[in-house]
Amino acid sequence: MGEAKTRAPGDGKRPDHPVPYAVYVKVWLLLLVLTATTVGVRFLDMHKFAVFAAMMIAAVKSTLVVLYFMHLRYEKKATIPIMMAAVLVIYGVFVSLTFTDYLSR
Amino acid sequence: MTGGLMSGIETGKPERGPDEREHGASGHGHHGDADVSKLGMWLFLFSEILLFGTLFLVFAVYLHMYPIDFRDASAELSIPIGAMNTLVLLTSSLTMALAIAALAGRRKKLCMLLLAVTVLLAFTFLTIKGFEWDAKFHHGIYPKSPDQVNWPPGRVVFFGLYFLMTGLHGLHVVIGAGVILAALLLVRAGGDRDRTAFVSNTGLYWHLVDVVWIFLFPLFYLTH
Repeated sequence: MGEAKTRAPGDGKRPDHPVPYAVYVKVWLLLLVLTATTVGVRFLDMHKFAVFAAMMIAAVKSTLVVLYFMHLRYEKKATIPIMMAAVLVIYGVFVSLTFTDYLSR
Repeated sequence: MTGGLMSGIETGKPERGPDEREHGASGHGHHGDADVSKLGMWLFLFSEILLFGTLFLVFAVYLHMYPIDFRDASAELSIPIGAMNTLVLLTSSLTMALAIAALAGRRKKLCMLLLAVTVLLAFTFLTIKGFEWDAKFHHGIYPKSPDQVNWPPGRVVFFGLYFLMTGLHGLHVVIGAGVILAALLLVRAGGDRDRTAFVSNTGLYWHLVDVVWIFLFPLFYLTH
Protein backbone atom coordinates (compact mmCIF):
# COMPACT_ATOMS: atom_id res chain seq x y z
CA MET A 1 0.00 0.00 0.00
CA GLY A 2 1.24 3.49 -0.84
CA GLU A 3 2.08 6.16 1.68
CA ALA A 4 -0.09 9.21 2.15
CA LYS A 5 0.24 11.70 -0.66
CA THR A 6 2.50 14.56 0.20
CA ARG A 7 1.42 18.15 0.09
CA ALA A 8 3.66 21.12 -0.31
CA PRO A 9 4.11 23.00 2.95
CA GLY A 10 1.96 26.06 3.23
CA ASP A 11 -0.07 25.49 0.08
CA GLY A 12 -3.17 25.72 2.22
CA LYS A 13 -4.68 22.48 0.89
CA ARG A 14 -6.17 19.81 3.06
CA PRO A 15 -4.20 16.62 3.51
CA ASP A 16 -5.55 13.86 1.32
CA HIS A 17 -6.45 11.79 4.31
CA PRO A 18 -5.55 12.10 7.94
CA VAL A 19 -4.47 8.52 8.54
CA PRO A 20 -1.81 6.98 6.27
CA TYR A 21 -2.69 3.61 4.71
CA ALA A 22 0.34 2.10 6.44
CA VAL A 23 -1.24 2.69 9.87
CA TYR A 24 -4.24 0.53 8.91
CA VAL A 25 -2.01 -2.21 7.52
CA LYS A 26 0.03 -2.24 10.74
CA VAL A 27 -3.11 -2.43 12.89
CA TRP A 28 -4.37 -5.29 10.70
CA LEU A 29 -1.07 -7.18 11.10
CA LEU A 30 -1.27 -6.68 14.87
CA LEU A 31 -4.84 -8.04 14.83
CA LEU A 32 -3.64 -11.14 12.95
CA VAL A 33 -0.84 -11.67 15.49
CA LEU A 34 -3.36 -11.37 18.34
CA THR A 35 -5.69 -13.85 16.61
CA ALA A 36 -2.81 -16.34 16.36
CA THR A 37 -2.03 -15.64 20.03
CA THR A 38 -5.59 -16.33 21.16
CA VAL A 39 -5.59 -19.65 19.25
CA GLY A 40 -2.15 -20.49 20.71
CA VAL A 41 -3.18 -19.65 24.26
CA ARG A 42 -6.03 -22.15 23.97
CA PHE A 43 -3.50 -24.98 23.62
CA LEU A 44 -1.75 -24.03 26.86
CA ASP A 45 -3.35 -25.72 29.84
CA MET A 46 -4.81 -22.67 31.48
CA HIS A 47 -8.11 -24.17 32.65
CA LYS A 48 -10.24 -21.49 34.25
CA PHE A 49 -7.98 -18.68 33.09
CA ALA A 50 -8.33 -19.71 29.44
CA VAL A 51 -11.64 -17.86 28.99
CA PHE A 52 -10.31 -14.87 30.88
CA ALA A 53 -7.16 -14.75 28.73
CA ALA A 54 -9.21 -15.11 25.53
CA MET A 55 -11.49 -12.25 26.62
CA MET A 56 -8.53 -10.03 27.45
CA ILE A 57 -7.04 -10.60 24.00
CA ALA A 58 -10.44 -9.98 22.39
CA ALA A 59 -10.71 -6.73 24.37
CA VAL A 60 -7.31 -5.60 23.10
CA LYS A 61 -8.29 -6.48 19.51
CA SER A 62 -11.59 -4.59 19.80
CA THR A 63 -9.82 -1.58 21.27
CA LEU A 64 -7.49 -1.53 18.26
CA VAL A 65 -10.43 -1.73 15.84
CA VAL A 66 -12.36 1.01 17.65
CA LEU A 67 -9.37 3.36 18.07
CA TYR A 68 -7.91 3.06 14.58
CA PHE A 69 -10.43 1.60 12.11
CA MET A 70 -13.33 3.44 13.73
CA HIS A 71 -11.20 6.57 14.19
CA LEU A 72 -12.02 7.07 17.86
CA ARG A 73 -8.40 8.00 18.45
CA TYR A 74 -8.69 10.84 15.98
CA GLU A 75 -11.93 12.30 17.30
CA LYS A 76 -11.51 16.01 17.95
CA LYS A 77 -14.52 16.25 20.22
CA ALA A 78 -14.97 14.21 23.38
CA THR A 79 -18.67 13.46 22.70
CA ILE A 80 -18.36 9.98 21.21
CA PRO A 81 -15.53 8.78 23.53
CA ILE A 82 -17.55 9.90 26.57
CA MET A 83 -20.68 8.14 25.28
CA MET A 84 -18.61 5.05 24.59
CA ALA A 85 -17.29 5.14 28.15
CA ALA A 86 -20.86 5.49 29.44
CA VAL A 87 -22.00 2.47 27.42
CA LEU A 88 -19.12 0.41 28.79
CA VAL A 89 -19.94 1.48 32.36
CA ILE A 90 -23.61 0.53 31.85
CA TYR A 91 -22.55 -2.83 30.45
CA GLY A 92 -20.17 -3.25 33.40
CA VAL A 93 -23.13 -2.71 35.73
CA PHE A 94 -25.15 -5.38 33.84
CA VAL A 95 -22.31 -7.87 34.11
CA SER A 96 -21.43 -7.22 37.76
CA LEU A 97 -25.04 -7.27 38.96
CA THR A 98 -25.75 -10.49 37.03
CA PHE A 99 -22.69 -12.25 38.40
CA THR A 100 -23.24 -10.94 41.93
CA ASP A 101 -26.42 -12.98 41.68
CA TYR A 102 -25.12 -16.13 39.97
CA LEU A 103 -21.80 -16.39 41.84
CA SER A 104 -23.48 -16.08 45.24
CA ARG A 105 -25.96 -18.91 44.71
CA MET B 1 2.95 14.13 4.63
CA THR B 2 4.03 17.16 6.58
CA GLY B 3 5.83 17.04 9.90
CA GLY B 4 2.92 18.77 11.56
CA LEU B 5 0.39 16.18 10.46
CA MET B 6 2.69 13.32 11.32
CA SER B 7 3.31 14.61 14.83
CA GLY B 8 -0.41 15.19 15.15
CA ILE B 9 -1.09 11.55 14.43
CA GLU B 10 1.55 10.46 16.88
CA THR B 11 0.01 12.45 19.69
CA GLY B 12 -3.47 11.32 18.75
CA LYS B 13 -4.52 14.84 17.86
CA PRO B 14 -4.27 15.39 14.14
CA GLU B 15 -4.38 19.04 13.14
CA ARG B 16 -7.34 18.09 10.96
CA GLY B 17 -9.63 15.31 12.01
CA PRO B 18 -11.05 12.80 9.56
CA ASP B 19 -14.40 14.51 9.47
CA GLU B 20 -13.10 18.01 8.93
CA ARG B 21 -12.37 17.43 5.28
CA GLU B 22 -16.10 17.75 4.82
CA HIS B 23 -16.14 21.50 4.91
CA GLY B 24 -13.37 22.28 2.50
CA ALA B 25 -15.61 23.45 -0.32
CA SER B 26 -19.12 23.08 1.00
CA GLY B 27 -18.99 25.17 4.15
CA HIS B 28 -19.73 24.62 7.80
CA GLY B 29 -23.34 23.55 7.41
CA HIS B 30 -22.24 20.46 5.57
CA HIS B 31 -19.61 19.71 8.16
CA GLY B 32 -22.29 19.83 10.85
CA ASP B 33 -24.46 17.38 8.90
CA ALA B 34 -21.61 14.90 8.67
CA ASP B 35 -20.97 15.25 12.40
CA VAL B 36 -24.62 14.68 13.23
CA SER B 37 -24.98 11.66 10.95
CA LYS B 38 -21.85 10.17 12.51
CA LEU B 39 -23.26 10.73 15.99
CA GLY B 40 -26.51 9.07 14.90
CA MET B 41 -24.56 6.09 13.59
CA TRP B 42 -22.68 5.77 16.87
CA LEU B 43 -25.94 5.90 18.86
CA PHE B 44 -27.19 3.00 16.76
CA LEU B 45 -23.90 1.15 17.29
CA PHE B 46 -24.19 1.63 21.08
CA SER B 47 -27.59 -0.08 20.96
CA GLU B 48 -25.95 -2.89 18.96
CA ILE B 49 -23.19 -3.20 21.55
CA LEU B 50 -25.79 -3.62 24.30
CA LEU B 51 -27.80 -6.09 22.17
CA PHE B 52 -24.83 -8.37 21.54
CA GLY B 53 -23.40 -7.57 24.98
CA THR B 54 -26.54 -8.95 26.62
CA LEU B 55 -26.27 -12.15 24.57
CA PHE B 56 -22.61 -12.47 25.61
CA LEU B 57 -23.74 -12.10 29.22
CA VAL B 58 -26.28 -14.90 28.73
CA PHE B 59 -23.47 -17.02 27.28
CA ALA B 60 -21.24 -16.22 30.27
CA VAL B 61 -23.92 -17.22 32.78
CA TYR B 62 -24.56 -20.57 31.08
CA LEU B 63 -20.83 -21.17 30.69
CA HIS B 64 -20.66 -20.71 34.45
CA MET B 65 -23.58 -23.12 34.99
CA TYR B 66 -22.51 -25.86 32.54
CA PRO B 67 -18.72 -25.60 32.17
CA ILE B 68 -18.27 -29.28 31.22
CA ASP B 69 -21.12 -29.39 28.67
CA PHE B 70 -19.90 -26.14 27.11
CA ARG B 71 -16.34 -27.43 26.87
CA ASP B 72 -17.46 -30.66 25.18
CA ALA B 73 -19.79 -28.87 22.76
CA SER B 74 -17.16 -26.25 21.90
CA ALA B 75 -14.73 -29.04 21.00
CA GLU B 76 -17.10 -29.98 18.15
CA LEU B 77 -16.58 -26.63 16.41
CA SER B 78 -13.65 -26.44 14.02
CA ILE B 79 -10.94 -24.03 15.15
CA PRO B 80 -9.37 -23.77 11.65
CA ILE B 81 -12.73 -22.78 10.14
CA GLY B 82 -13.38 -20.26 12.89
CA ALA B 83 -9.86 -18.85 12.58
CA MET B 84 -10.20 -18.62 8.80
CA ASN B 85 -13.43 -16.65 9.15
CA THR B 86 -11.70 -14.38 11.67
CA LEU B 87 -8.95 -13.76 9.11
CA VAL B 88 -11.53 -13.02 6.41
CA LEU B 89 -13.46 -10.56 8.57
CA LEU B 90 -10.36 -8.77 9.92
CA THR B 91 -9.12 -8.37 6.35
CA SER B 92 -12.50 -7.02 5.25
CA SER B 93 -12.23 -4.44 8.04
CA LEU B 94 -8.83 -3.43 6.65
CA THR B 95 -10.13 -3.03 3.10
CA MET B 96 -13.09 -1.02 4.44
CA ALA B 97 -10.81 1.35 6.38
CA LEU B 98 -8.53 1.68 3.34
CA ALA B 99 -11.53 2.40 1.11
CA ILE B 100 -12.50 5.34 3.32
CA ALA B 101 -8.91 6.62 3.30
CA ALA B 102 -8.82 6.26 -0.50
CA LEU B 103 -12.06 8.24 -0.84
CA ALA B 104 -10.68 10.98 1.41
CA GLY B 105 -7.64 11.02 -0.86
CA ARG B 106 -10.00 11.45 -3.85
CA ARG B 107 -8.86 8.15 -5.27
CA LYS B 108 -12.31 7.06 -6.34
CA LYS B 109 -11.30 4.04 -8.41
CA LEU B 110 -9.18 2.64 -5.59
CA CYS B 111 -12.01 3.26 -3.15
CA MET B 112 -14.48 1.38 -5.36
CA LEU B 113 -12.07 -1.50 -5.79
CA LEU B 114 -11.54 -1.76 -2.02
CA LEU B 115 -15.29 -1.62 -1.36
CA ALA B 116 -15.81 -4.41 -3.92
CA VAL B 117 -13.15 -6.51 -2.18
CA THR B 118 -14.89 -5.87 1.16
CA VAL B 119 -18.21 -7.12 -0.23
CA LEU B 120 -16.44 -10.16 -1.68
CA LEU B 121 -14.89 -10.93 1.72
CA ALA B 122 -18.30 -10.56 3.37
CA PHE B 123 -19.67 -13.22 1.01
CA THR B 124 -16.62 -15.39 1.63
CA PHE B 125 -17.38 -15.21 5.35
CA LEU B 126 -21.02 -16.16 4.74
CA THR B 127 -20.06 -19.03 2.45
CA ILE B 128 -17.69 -20.51 5.03
CA LYS B 129 -20.33 -20.02 7.73
CA GLY B 130 -22.91 -21.70 5.49
CA PHE B 131 -20.76 -24.79 4.99
CA GLU B 132 -20.10 -24.89 8.72
CA TRP B 133 -23.80 -24.75 9.59
CA ASP B 134 -24.60 -27.29 6.90
CA ALA B 135 -22.12 -29.78 8.38
CA LYS B 136 -23.73 -29.27 11.80
CA PHE B 137 -27.23 -29.84 10.35
CA HIS B 138 -26.04 -33.13 8.84
CA HIS B 139 -24.92 -34.23 12.31
CA GLY B 140 -28.37 -33.50 13.68
CA ILE B 141 -27.21 -30.31 15.35
CA TYR B 142 -29.75 -27.57 14.77
CA PRO B 143 -32.35 -25.75 16.86
CA LYS B 144 -35.21 -28.08 17.89
CA SER B 145 -33.39 -31.11 16.49
CA PRO B 146 -35.08 -34.36 17.62
CA ASP B 147 -31.66 -35.57 18.86
CA GLN B 148 -31.75 -32.92 21.54
CA VAL B 149 -33.75 -35.08 23.94
CA ASN B 150 -30.62 -37.14 24.51
CA TRP B 151 -28.32 -34.14 24.95
CA PRO B 152 -27.09 -32.87 28.30
CA PRO B 153 -28.76 -29.51 29.12
CA GLY B 154 -25.58 -27.45 28.65
CA ARG B 155 -25.15 -28.79 25.12
CA VAL B 156 -28.68 -27.74 24.15
CA VAL B 157 -27.98 -24.24 25.46
CA PHE B 158 -24.54 -24.05 23.82
CA PHE B 159 -25.78 -24.89 20.34
CA GLY B 160 -28.92 -22.81 20.84
CA LEU B 161 -26.74 -19.80 21.60
CA TYR B 162 -24.35 -20.76 18.81
CA PHE B 163 -27.08 -20.62 16.17
CA LEU B 164 -28.73 -17.54 17.71
CA MET B 165 -25.55 -15.49 18.03
CA THR B 166 -23.71 -16.53 14.85
CA GLY B 167 -27.08 -16.24 13.06
CA LEU B 168 -27.69 -12.71 14.33
CA HIS B 169 -24.10 -11.84 13.48
CA GLY B 170 -24.51 -13.42 10.04
CA LEU B 171 -27.62 -11.30 9.48
CA HIS B 172 -25.49 -8.26 10.25
CA VAL B 173 -22.92 -9.44 7.70
CA VAL B 174 -25.67 -9.80 5.05
CA ILE B 175 -27.00 -6.31 5.79
CA GLY B 176 -23.44 -4.95 5.90
CA ALA B 177 -22.64 -6.43 2.49
CA GLY B 178 -25.78 -4.79 1.08
CA VAL B 179 -24.96 -1.39 2.56
CA ILE B 180 -21.33 -1.56 1.36
CA LEU B 181 -22.62 -2.40 -2.12
CA ALA B 182 -24.90 0.66 -1.91
CA ALA B 183 -21.90 2.75 -0.82
CA LEU B 184 -19.97 1.44 -3.82
CA LEU B 185 -22.77 2.50 -6.19
CA LEU B 186 -23.03 5.92 -4.53
CA VAL B 187 -19.30 6.49 -4.88
CA ARG B 188 -19.53 5.45 -8.52
CA ALA B 189 -22.40 7.88 -9.10
CA GLY B 190 -20.05 10.42 -7.60
CA GLY B 191 -20.56 14.07 -6.92
CA ASP B 192 -21.79 15.10 -3.55
CA ARG B 193 -19.62 15.12 -0.46
CA ASP B 194 -22.42 13.29 1.34
CA ARG B 195 -20.97 10.14 -0.13
CA THR B 196 -18.08 10.50 2.29
CA ALA B 197 -20.45 10.58 5.26
CA PHE B 198 -22.36 7.57 3.94
CA VAL B 199 -19.22 5.56 3.27
CA SER B 200 -17.74 6.51 6.67
CA ASN B 201 -20.89 5.44 8.51
CA THR B 202 -20.95 2.19 6.52
CA GLY B 203 -17.38 1.64 7.70
CA LEU B 204 -18.32 2.23 11.34
CA TYR B 205 -21.10 -0.37 11.06
CA TRP B 206 -18.83 -2.86 9.32
CA HIS B 207 -16.10 -2.52 11.95
CA LEU B 208 -18.64 -3.14 14.70
CA VAL B 209 -19.68 -6.36 12.96
CA ASP B 210 -15.97 -7.25 13.06
CA VAL B 211 -15.73 -6.43 16.78
CA VAL B 212 -18.70 -8.71 17.55
CA TRP B 213 -16.97 -11.58 15.73
CA ILE B 214 -13.73 -10.85 17.63
CA PHE B 215 -15.63 -11.90 20.79
CA LEU B 216 -17.76 -14.66 19.18
CA PHE B 217 -14.74 -16.55 17.88
CA PRO B 218 -12.87 -17.23 21.15
CA LEU B 219 -16.08 -17.77 23.15
CA PHE B 220 -17.58 -20.43 20.90
CA TYR B 221 -14.52 -22.00 19.29
CA LEU B 222 -11.89 -21.78 22.01
CA THR B 223 -13.74 -22.49 25.28
CA HIS B 224 -12.45 -26.00 25.58
